[in-house]
Amino acid sequence: MTRTTTSTAAPPPAAPHPGERRTRRSAGRPRTWRDHPLRRVTPWLFLLVPLALLVTFTYVPVGNMIYYSFTDWDGVSPDRHHVGADNYVQLFTRPELFRVFAVSLYYLAASVVQIAIALWFATVLSFDLRFRNLFKGILFFPYLINGVAIGFVFLYFFQDGGTLDAILSFLGAGTDHAWLGDPESANTSLAGVSVWRFTGLNFVLFLGAIQSVPGELYEAAQLDGATRRQQFRHIIVPGIRPVLSLSVILAISGSLSVFEIPYIMTGGATGTSTFVIQTVKLAFQFNKTGLASACAVVLLLIILLITWVQRRLVPDEKVDLV
Amino acid sequence: MGRKTLSAALLATTMLTVVGCSGGGTPNANETAVAPLNPNGVSGTITVLTNRTDLVQNGTMKRYAARFNRIYPEVKVEFEAITDYEGEVKIRMNTEDYGDVLLIPASIAKGDYPTFFAPLGATPTMKETYRFTDKTDVDGRTYGIAAFGTANGFVYNKALWKRAGITGWPTSPREFLDDLKAVGEKTGATPYYTNFKDGWPLSSPWTNSIGSVSCDSQASDKLSAIDKPWRKGSDLNVIDTLLHDIVHAKLSEKDPSTTNWESSKTLLAKGEIGSMLLGSWAVTQLRDAAEKAGENPDDIGFMPFPHQSDGQFCATLVSDYQMAVNIHSEHKPAARAWIDWFTEKSGYSAHEGAVSALKSEPLPGTLEDYVDNDVKLVERSEAKTAEVNAIDNASEIGLNKQDYRQKLVDIARGAQDGSLEDYFDDLDRRWAEAARTAGS
Repeated sequence: MTRTTTSTAAPPPAAPHPGERRTRRSAGRPRTWRDHPLRRVTPWLFLLVPLALLVTFTYVPVGNMIYYSFTDWDGVSPDRHHVGADNYVQLFTRPELFRVFAVSLYYLAASVVQIAIALWFATVLSFDLRFRNLFKGILFFPYLINGVAIGFVFLYFFQDGGTLDAILSFLGAGTDHAWLGDPESANTSLAGVSVWRFTGLNFVLFLGAIQSVPGELYEAAQLDGATRRQQFRHIIVPGIRPVLSLSVILAISGSLSVFEIPYIMTGGATGTSTFVIQTVKLAFQFNKTGLASACAVVLLLIILLITWVQRRLVPDEKVDLV
Repeated sequence: MGRKTLSAALLATTMLTVVGCSGGGTPNANETAVAPLNPNGVSGTITVLTNRTDLVQNGTMKRYAARFNRIYPEVKVEFEAITDYEGEVKIRMNTEDYGDVLLIPASIAKGDYPTFFAPLGATPTMKETYRFTDKTDVDGRTYGIAAFGTANGFVYNKALWKRAGITGWPTSPREFLDDLKAVGEKTGATPYYTNFKDGWPLSSPWTNSIGSVSCDSQASDKLSAIDKPWRKGSDLNVIDTLLHDIVHAKLSEKDPSTTNWESSKTLLAKGEIGSMLLGSWAVTQLRDAAEKAGENPDDIGFMPFPHQSDGQFCATLVSDYQMAVNIHSEHKPAARAWIDWFTEKSGYSAHEGAVSALKSEPLPGTLEDYVDNDVKLVERSEAKTAEVNAIDNASEIGLNKQDYRQKLVDIARGAQDGSLEDYFDDLDRRWAEAARTAGS
């Protein structure tokens, strides 16, 4: 916006080399906005609001969190003491704090299923199909619902004699299983809910990527007699590789930091506690804000590390299909 | 230049944030919040934080405020109902804005009361009028007055138990289990309901029973000095073993992971649930539920923990949340006036079927059975609560949290590995370790 007004306000100078500005000004020509000392600041002025928000709500809290992780603060008390790396030492000498990561494996397995489903639907729906948009809507809809609401809905779904049991007995496969009652089926059920919720997001990402592949490629492939399967393997997959690898990164970091669905549905009972739930409990139930901050920092580092390793293993190649 | 501007912007925002957090003068910690002598002389708008969302929504609190205004016409009372009271208020207490009158969150360490609340009076004087004052006594000053107190026991459906052929109260855990079995076999009802999913019914009612077993008002305090709270014969051992045995014998609901507190009230009123361990405050709510379900409210009974010392039942009497005045409040007299009126004149505790904080008030109707059957009420001492909580937090057991009893239930029903003895040993070990580190 500024740029256009500037260029219209000031007619293009005869010699637009920056080096000649000084001579122009000394020649007594009127000062324009182009010469104004604040001009270089303009882009920063525009960035000020988003930067302020970013700093206030991301960097300052993270800084505070790191600072708390070196104290023994209980979360309320006005006095806190520096304890050095004590929290970290405690964290790494208590293996039971890391045992909960096993629960993340359920969600990791679920995210494989989730990416597969999303990829399949994205491929199918990117071709011409009846009610295509309706299906797109249906698939994306769960992602729009608030996670808390989803938790409550699925609580009724898995309840003893609830929706799932009703459907199963209608199909003649009536079970008497407490879905959230034993650790294995509880974690599988919760991971299933998370698949239901996040498939839509992956689906939309994939669909967008697939549709950005030029249509002529499909036509050419079809002329050459390529089957759908071959088109998928040689055009779609390489075409959307960056999005695929992004989805995998999101899936891994998401599985490590699962929180709201298990927290709302089981509160972490019956072996469904995840690392974040455990951290929240340390901070808000046992008033160990310092230790919990250390947990959060460690989780952050683990996710950064995994992302880094993954980027090294699967470098971000440039997509070049044509 | 660009980089400089950026860092300047960053610095500015950081400074703003930091400045925003501090600031404000230090309030005078010695200024007691005294009720005004002349009701007309006090004015201002006070905000009252409460966990009773139900009473704010249905207008009951507003009616209390209207009655309060007849005496104090110049004070405007506003309510803020908070669903997640503990979690939210604790975080708000990092600022100065946490209402004028509030309930003291359980997570605030007792030693910090003087930084957060205005003292309400010297403990020896307060003690003459009020129950439960030692809960908020710091260095001879009292910082809170209980909203109400509650006696512990099992809420049960009398009609259902009669149908199962049981007339008297069980006097031992063994007898209680036999009775539950009879209820289950003869009526088909769920004999006991854990409310596992909601969690809190597994925490406070069970932990509040410490003292009901030994009939000792100091039982809770003594936890600060013993190494093995779960050793054989101790209060916690008896209490938790009973819960374990109930679940282990399949006398509780089939799928604990999806229970629902609100609907459990109706189920008990209708006789589909036999009993639940709760406080006496629950009796009123269950009688309401019975009325709504078209059942007889008088069928809701209340019995003490099944244990006798010297042939006598005991039940602990514990204080609920304590009302306090924010030390940063600008309307301390008005705030104190509200607390005094609410405890003395509102009739709140009687209406809730709870024990009033006033020593002069008689026991509520919900405890008629206790009075008739000569149950000894043991007022739980809170002298060492701070120490006990410190150990409890350090050990990450959480006597007043749901997690450790949820695990107990899981062990009892075979959803998690382990045995009761191993679990108790583990708890004992963690408690002893924490007692050493959190050492008083």
